[in-house]
Amino acid sequence: MEALFLLIPLSIAIIAGATWLFLSMVDKGQFDDLDSPAHQILTDDDRPAGGA
Amino acid sequence: MSAFTSASSRPACHHCGLTVEAPGRWTVVIDGQLHETCCAGCQAVSAAIADSGLQDYYRARDLPARPLRPAHVQADQLLYDDPEVQARFVRTDQGICETVLLVEGLRCGACSWLLEQVLGRSQGVIESAANLGTGRIHLRWQASQARLSDLIGTASRFGFSLQPFDATLRETQLRQTSRSRLRRLFVAGIAMMQVMMVAFPAYITADGDIEPALQSLMRWAGLVMTLPVVLYSASPFFAGAWREWQRRSPGMDTPVSLGIAAAFAASVWATLSDSGEVWFDTVTMFVFLLLGARHLEWLARLRATRAIDALSAAAPESVLKVIDGASPERIAAARLRPGDRFLTGTGEAVAVDATLQSGQSRFDLSLLTGESHPISREPGDILPGGAINLGSPVTLIARERQADSALSTIARLAVRAAAARPALLGLTETIARWFTVGLLLLSAAVWLGWHQIDPDRAWAIAIAVLVVSCPCALSLATPTAIAAASSTALRRGMVSTRADALEAMAGATDVILDKTGTLTRGQPLLTGFAAAAELDRASCLGIAAALEESSTHPLARAIRDAAASCDAPFQQACTIHTAPGEGVEGIVAGQRWRLGSARFVLGAAHAPDPADAGVEAGTEAGTEAGVAAGAEAGVAAGAEAGTRARHTAATEVWLAREGQAVARFLLSDAVRPDAALLIEGFRARGLGLHLISGDREPTVHAVAAGLGIERWRAAMSPADKLDYVHALQAQGRKVLAIGDGINDAPLLAAADVSIAVGRASTLAKTSAAIVMLGERLVDVLTLHQLAHRTRRIILQNLAWALAYNAAAIPAAALGLIAPWVAALGMSVSSLLVAGNALRLIAGDGTPPAPEVLLAPAADAVGAHQAT
Repeated sequence: MEALFLLIPLSIAIIAGATWLFLSMVDKGQFDDLDSPAHQILTDDDRPAGGA
Repeated sequence: MSAFTSASSRPACHHCGLTVEAPGRWTVVIDGQLHETCCAGCQAVSAAIADSGLQDYYRARDLPARPLRPAHVQADQLLYDDPEVQARFVRTDQGICETVLLVEGLRCGACSWLLEQVLGRSQGVIESAANLGTGRIHLRWQASQARLSDLIGTASRFGFSLQPFDATLRETQLRQTSRSRLRRLFVAGIAMMQVMMVAFPAYITADGDIEPALQSLMRWAGLVMTLPVVLYSASPFFAGAWREWQRRSPGMDTPVSLGIAAAFAASVWATLSDSGEVWFDTVTMFVFLLLGARHLEWLARLRATRAIDALSAAAPESVLKVIDGASPERIAAARLRPGDRFLTGTGEAVAVDATLQSGQSRFDLSLLTGESHPISREPGDILPGGAINLGSPVTLIARERQADSALSTIARLAVRAAAARPALLGLTETIARWFTVGLLLLSAAVWLGWHQIDPDRAWAIAIAVLVVSCPCALSLATPTAIAAASSTALRRGMVSTRADALEAMAGATDVILDKTGTLTRGQPLLTGFAAAAELDRASCLGIAAALEESSTHPLARAIRDAAASCDAPFQQACTIHTAPGEGVEGIVAGQRWRLGSARFVLGAAHAPDPADAGVEAGTEAGTEAGVAAGAEAGVAAGAEAGTRARHTAATEVWLAREGQAVARFLLSDAVRPDAALLIEGFRARGLGLHLISGDREPTVHAVAAGLGIERWRAAMSPADKLDYVHALQAQGRKVLAIGDGINDAPLLAAADVSIAVGRASTLAKTSAAIVMLGERLVDVLTLHQLAHRTRRIILQNLAWALAYNAAAIPAAALGLIAPWVAALGMSVSSLLVAGNALRLIAGDGTPPAPEVLLAPAADAVGAHQAT
């Protein structure tokens, strides 16, 4: 049970990290547009073998 | 390489996919391969893309690029560096400019990537983000290093045209609000889940089973994670409660805030003193679910706002003004004055309400009217601002300034209606206020009461009472329902100019219809024709059209239209002389012709007998064959074949040659094809129908009989109409008046709710509560249905709120409900009513519900669809 004294604060730290991550994603506008990114995956720098 | 090939043997343009007419003339080398393009423009764009190392675009795109239209590529971009012009759509903060521009040419994900890359690499640009969904790009740049016109120019070199979006500031605000709501929701959500984890052991163990140190740890963990929820996520509730306190009108936020604050404070105290209960899980769940309900409401409002914004953004920012003796000059649309002439090219939107001067084209009015079919317009016709020219370029004469144009007026009216508080909302808020006051008093009483009985439970029960009550159906769901319904209506081309218009419409018991311009088109059509033997219909029409060539009278126009539609031989009239109110005289092919009333054309005091004048009758209301037969052999039986109604309602116009009557035209104001549909629909819904008109009795009778309206009145003066409405209202009837908004303004103003049909151009003067921008009468039925659904949903929500509160509050006061159950119940109730209200936008974009179309006879449906 003593492990909890470590794990619970740790979980709080992880949550804080996850929250910060999410908030910065919102600030960068990643949730403003949920349509284009699905297309943008096609424009990676990796060039497909056969072209279009 | 390119996925887009043309059907012909000639290659397709590598860039836009059009057929290359001159192979080998414009070529471009990309990745060592030679590609054909169709024109210098595509060649330049393609080369620019390759030179920038952005050729991935060609691999990833799934649509060819928009063909370039050099004619209107960015003639106005320099205008955008003008600080005065920029002030309207660019926000500048410490040398950094920010704007949102509408993008033309954004077709697929690859396009938006390309545009972002192109602009993002420009010097001075800090951020460029294109949004495919809304067709907009968000730009931030250093004012000292880049000019907006350069950026627009750069984009245009890649085939995109960027235009300022007037509502930029609002868009920025909307996005900020959306983001901050999302952040609050997320923080509350993740905290809720984690707090639940540390709260959970306390629910499944008996007191004392957990060692005190561990219990204390879990309480502290809950406290730490609840803190951001209370301080950050819940701050809108506290801010709202503070505003309510300042206005001394407690609303929904007051009990919510008190509940959160009390539960949190008690829990903090319990944690610090290591005694009593903690409710951190209750607080976080309550905040999260309530924010969820508010988010739904926000989405409905966002939708409504965007619908209005789409209207505001529809008119172009600049126009090509025609200047006599000089080449056209591009000026800001706001500087256009009535009487100015301007050009509107293919694909461009008309800037202001205008009269078509020259050119004939088709226009897309879908944004204004919801009508998807393009409409043909010819010189003399009036076009509303925002109409998109689909055909050839045209010259127009401005009728209004931009700010007074229909489009601006619609947007303004819609904004006003959205901002106004409907009476219903006022009522529910009053109820909510008293509800809240009562609730606060009850909570205090419950706390005092339980303090006597069981002091340990007093806090828990008082908080449960505070939290369990749900005034949401009153304060949250009703505005959501109204916003959702209004945006749905707006997308169908119906603007409610008063906030309570829909509510009033749902309560209507009687419908008063005006005839001219409402049930009928308000414009006469040629419905009958009779001529002397040697002349056929087309040549008579040709002569009549020549005489009426420059007249603006509706009858003249009807004759010209008829002549045009039957390919009448073109005739030239000279020495035209007009006798006002009587007719017109002129020389055609060396003979003197007169067109007008019987008395005028014959110079006689009474109407001639058709037989005496050698005129044989036929009517077009019969068949074309009947007319032809009638013209050949005596008086045609076809005259009777036409409906008597139309016959009696018609205006006679005679054509005479050298004082001899040779032909007679019957012109009447035809009933709109979907009028029958409207009448049937209202009848099926049990509304009383009344037709009142200022027109002559035979005409009104004919229309009323044709449509099966039993209660009709003819020759009504405006005062008579008012008396009629007041008489109905005195009987306790709720009157819905439908008119064209001009002739019957007093009628519309006197009725409980009124609709003006198809008069976008006279919108500003209307007194109607609802303005229909389209010509389809059946939309009135759709709106009526929407009004009923809105009312039904509001009533459902109120009924639910009543039942829920009636059951939950006493139970909480008696100590039967734990705070977390109370929080859950209240939040779920909120979500339920907000979600219910959102159903009003679910049907958006679909055709009218089947019941609208099923009620009337099939032929009427056919007639409607044929238009």
